[in-house]
Amino acid sequence: MKLELKFFASLREALKVSEEKITIPSSVKTIADLRIHLFERGGVWAEVLANGKSLRCALNHQMVDPSTPLQEGAEVAFFPPVTGG
Amino acid sequence: MPIRIQEGDFDLSSEITSMRKGDPRVGAVVSFLGTVRDMNDGSSVKGMTLEHYPGMTEKALQEILDQAKSRWDLYQTLVIHRVGLLLPEDQIVMVAVTSAHRVEAFAACEFIMDYLKTAAPFWKKEDTAEGGRWVDARVTDETAMSRWEKK
Repeated sequence: MKLELKFFASLREALKVSEEKITIPSSVKTIADLRIHLFERGGVWAEVLANGKSLRCALNHQMVDPSTPLQEGAEVAFFPPVTGG
Repeated sequence: MPIRIQEGDFDLSSEITSMRKGDPRVGAVVSFLGTVRDMNDGSSVKGMTLEHYPGMTEKALQEILDQAKSRWDLYQTLVIHRVGLLLPEDQIVMVAVTSAHRVEAFAACEFIMDYLKTAAPFWKKEDTAEGGRWVDARVTDETAMSRWEKK
């Protein structure tokens, strides 16, 4: 499955990447799976995506829970809790 | 346009004037203006940079306004949120709603702000004397939002 990833704020800074096109193996089915898949890259990825880090995720511009299934061609964004207003 | 994300400043008074112009049904206008403070969590703030998620931000704000309109009798709703570099005393955000009566208008304006604080993808990075730091989300914002959950 192909996805377009986006990273914002402190995540974007730490990872030094704001977007990335990725092809994931079929075993990666949900948002939670994707987080683990990226975590397994190690280094700074393991640091910022570690369990216990407060992260939010959006699938095609909608805030979603970790159990949400991924969709072919989706835009998936990871970011810290929002602080606007 | 009821939703605007922009780098430039805005004028609350003229926005409200144009919102209610030609609509004699309006009996109440409530607005909120958020501004940049020079202190946060014990550090002096020289300025801040606001980042957002283009594409999602507009949709999230539209959803907030739609929810407000479904809960209260409102005529017009407006959100303007600035992004980019902002300095102490600068305006950050305005929300305004028009309605026939004040009760709806007060409630809707507060709801929109509470919702925006927890659901709209904006992030603040402060420039302090100790260097740049990303602002942490506040638990009090989540608490404020949870008040609106339907029982």
